[in-house]
Formats: sequence, C-alpha cells, structure tokens
Amino acid sequence: MAKHPFHDVAIVGIANSEQARILEGHDSTTITFQAVHRVLADTGLSPSDIDGVAAGPFSGPLTYYMRNGPSWRHYMAPSIPTILDAASAIATGQCHTVLVAHGSAGVYTERASTAPWTRPAHEFVVAYGMFTAAEFALIAQRHMHMHGTTPEQLATVAATIRNNGHAHPEAVYHGRGPFTPDDILASRMVADPFHLLDCAMTSEGACALILTTRERAQDLPTKPVYILGGACDSFGPSYQHPPAWDLAGPDGQNNGYTGRWAAQKSFAMAELGPTDVDVCEFYDPFSFEIIRQFEAYGFCEEGEGGEFIMDGRIGPGGQYPVTTDGGTMSFSHGGAAVQQLQRVIRGVEQLRGTCVTSQVPDAQVAMCSNGGAGALFTDVMLLGTDTP
Amino acid sequence: MTELLQPQSPGIPLPVPTLYSQPYWDGCKVGELRYQRCRDCGAITMDPAPACSACFSTNLDWEVSTGQGEVYSWTTVWRPQTPAFTVPYVAVIVTLDEGFWLLANLINCPVDAVHVGMRVKTTFVELSEEITLPYFEPVA
Repeated sequence: MAKHPFHDVAIVGIANSEQARILEGHDSTTITFQAVHRVLADTGLSPSDIDGVAAGPFSGPLTYYMRNGPSWRHYMAPSIPTILDAASAIATGQCHTVLVAHGSAGVYTERASTAPWTRPAHEFVVAYGMFTAAEFALIAQRHMHMHGTTPEQLATVAATIRNNGHAHPEAVYHGRGPFTPDDILASRMVADPFHLLDCAMTSEGACALILTTRERAQDLPTKPVYILGGACDSFGPSYQHPPAWDLAGPDGQNNGYTGRWAAQKSFAMAELGPTDVDVCEFYDPFSFEIIRQFEAYGFCEEGEGGEFIMDGRIGPGGQYPVTTDGGTMSFSHGGAAVQQLQRVIRGVEQLRGTCVTSQVPDAQVAMCSNGGAGALFTDVMLLGTDTP
Repeated sequence: MTELLQPQSPGIPLPVPTLYSQPYWDGCKVGELRYQRCRDCGAITMDPAPACSACFSTNLDWEVSTGQGEVYSWTTVWRPQTPAFTVPYVAVIVTLDEGFWLLANLINCPVDAVHVGMRVKTTFVELSEEITLPYFEPVA
C-alpha cells in the first residue's frame, strides 16, 4: 500500500519537440503533434493506450484526432498543477494512462513589444507599462532592500543556468557562452535589477509527458519515475495587482515565499527534506527567483539565499545543481506554459540518468517548480526513482 | 539640471473600468485617490473589489486617501512593454499612509533618485476623456 496516492503513479514518457527562437513552418498544433509522436515513441505506446488527455484547450481536438475517446480530459494550459491533476485522476481510478502535451508557435509576432503572455491587460497595471520583468523586479528589489542581496549574486545564478544551456546541444542558446557573472552585468538593463541576461528568453516549441499506474509502468521499456509529492501555492492572478513581497493571508505566509506551503506539503508526502534533493529543476523566469526559492523551500534561512547560491553550490558538481538544461534562460521558453512542463521533463531525464549534458551522477530525487513571486504563484513537485 | 521622469503621453493602453471600480476612476477625474473601507470590520480593500479582502462582506464604503505614502519597492524600466511607452519609466509599489498598496509610475523625479522609503504623493494626469491616471511624485 502506497503511503500517498501519488506514489502509485509514474511518469513513463517524456519528449521535447525541436525548440527554436522561431520554428519556421510550424504552428502550435503541428509542433504539439511532433512532441506527441515523440512521447509515444519514447514509451512504445499507441493512441489507443491513452485514456486521458491534458493538453489545455487542445485536449478535445487531440482526443478526436487520436480517436482515443472516451477519454478523461483537462482544459487548463498544462503545467505542474495539470500533472498533479492527471496523477490524481489516475490514483482515483478515473483513467489509467494520461498524455500531457502542450506547444506554442507563431504566437509572438509583434516583436517591438514584449511577448503577449507577459502583459495581460488589467485596469490597475495596464497604463503603467508593466510586464513580467517589471513585476518580478519589484519582488527582487524588495528582497535586495531587506537583505542586501547583490546584483553579482543574481548574475551568478544567470551565468550558471546559461552555462548549462550553452553546453546542451538541444538548447535554443546552445553554444552562446560560456558566461561569467560580469557578462551578465554587462548586458543592457531591462528592468532594474534585471539585465537582459538575468531574464528568460522567448522561443517556440512543444513537449509532452505520459503518466500511468505503477503497475502498468513495470511493463514499459522506460525507467519509471515516481511522483513523491506535489502541491500548488497561489496568491491571486498574475500581473494584475501589485506584486508585493508581503502580500499575505490569515496565516501570515507571504507571497515573497510563495511555494513554501507547497514545498512543505510535498516534502511531507515524500517523507523527505531539502537535504535529500539531488537536483533542483527550479523555474528560472528571472535570476533572483532561484535565490528566492532556496529560501522559500527551506534549503537556507530567509535572507541568506544570495550567499547560499555562491561558491559553486548550484553549478555542475555542486551540492544543489539547478536548472540543468539551461531552463527558460537558455534551453527554451515556448510561451505561457510549455517551459513549465519542461522543468518536470528535465527532472525525469535526470532520474532516468539519460541527460546528455549536466547529468547529476546517481540522482535519486529531483525537485521541480513553476511560477514565481512576481506572478503570485509557485507550484512544486518532487520526483523520485523510488517511493517511501 | 537633471532630467525629471515624465508621465506617459496619450496613446498608451488605458484602463477599462468595471462596475465596482468605476468610483475609483471617477475619483481620479476630480483629483481624489479613493479606496474602499468595510462598514462591518473596518478593513481597507485595494485594488477595488466586490467584497472586503478581510471579512468578505459586500458592505463597503468609499473614502478618500491623503495620497501620501512611501515607496515599498521600485523598478526602472528600460525596455518598454510596447512602443507606446517612453523609457525610462519607473514603476513603484507605494504603501499609502492609510496602509494599502498602490502600483503606479513615479514622475517629477530624477531617474536615479528613487529608493525604498522615499516619501511620495499622488498627482493626476488626464490621458483621455474617460481616464485620468494617478501617478506618484516626490514630496517636496
């Protein structure tokens, strides 16, 4: 008997489509199909083996195209909450094998403006020129004011992650480095304290995962990776209200540490703590977010994240390697959600031991995350090669 | 003389008021920064909402802020959201003296002078017939 229902669910398939700044000849549908074909090939499954589809608004069309109905479906643009919902649907017997897929191409065309998903219109921010970099900058500046966190510490995070992408042959920015923290600080300022190279890029691409029961996973050719725990924090809609560090609910837990509640629940489900984590596939929309997450999840004390990430701790061979494919800064950032799923895909690759670059030797536990305090939410998942 | 940050020019995207935020925007047109206070529990709700953010009561009144407060966090933006915006511009979250946060742009201030704790007050700029925007400027 599993100690938590998630432990009866395994991720058995993962795939990325090709990723590029612009994918000529593709739209969101065709690039999603490429990822779906690749994930079916990864597992040796066919559409008739799938009885659940979580592909955002594309769930219905995909079920129709695959003729795999009747099928469980999920309509939210897929990211960690979707994977957890799929795992819940499997654990509660609503279906047994779920395809999660998402892709984006041809969406960002108006290049003189920031990407459309970074600037949703809302009456209290629309006239003030807000977009993701400015929203996350307001979080970072507050932390720098409170704790003396420095631009050099932020730049160290960005250089580490960009160097992971520099090495990765499938990263959009493969071969663009290597980078030193000084290179990051020398790039043009976007929204103080974020230089261009402190920020995520924009690109196009798709990815997909397949989840199934522990039992069925034993008959498949891939090494199963188990869901040890996972949960989601939200303080409100992204990019509509002031992204205040101290925004808090009745228990005092604040938006500055969004993700803490989710991490505590995830660690409890997994019967693990931060020191058990071998690889940190943290979401990296902006350099500061990595520092914030180490504090939020309890890897270090509040205010100490800037010091904590120095001296090679988060780089290759360090205690907590982060975002080992190059993340949204260098691997890919396909839109509103593709790159969020890709954090989980990289966590699975690490635990399978199949990373072509930056493989963490004998990785057993991966922590994956989505979101960030500038967006008022953070979702967390713990993956493992085995369950408690 | 150091150049001072200016308000944006007409042509930027403008707010579309809702049923429950209209009194806020009506206040801006007459130079008042309005906020909601709960008649049941006394708490302030901001941004405008259909219910109290402390007790969820819909028994809300409008009051007028002093418009004075201090910078809680800031960012100077050098890459505009769209070409309609002139850079640099400074986005600030201000803690008003009544205790609520408001996000707006800072003007009439040298670009490198902004800092957490800076005392500021509201100033209003008409951008269309329907919309007058609150900005913040340093307290002289």
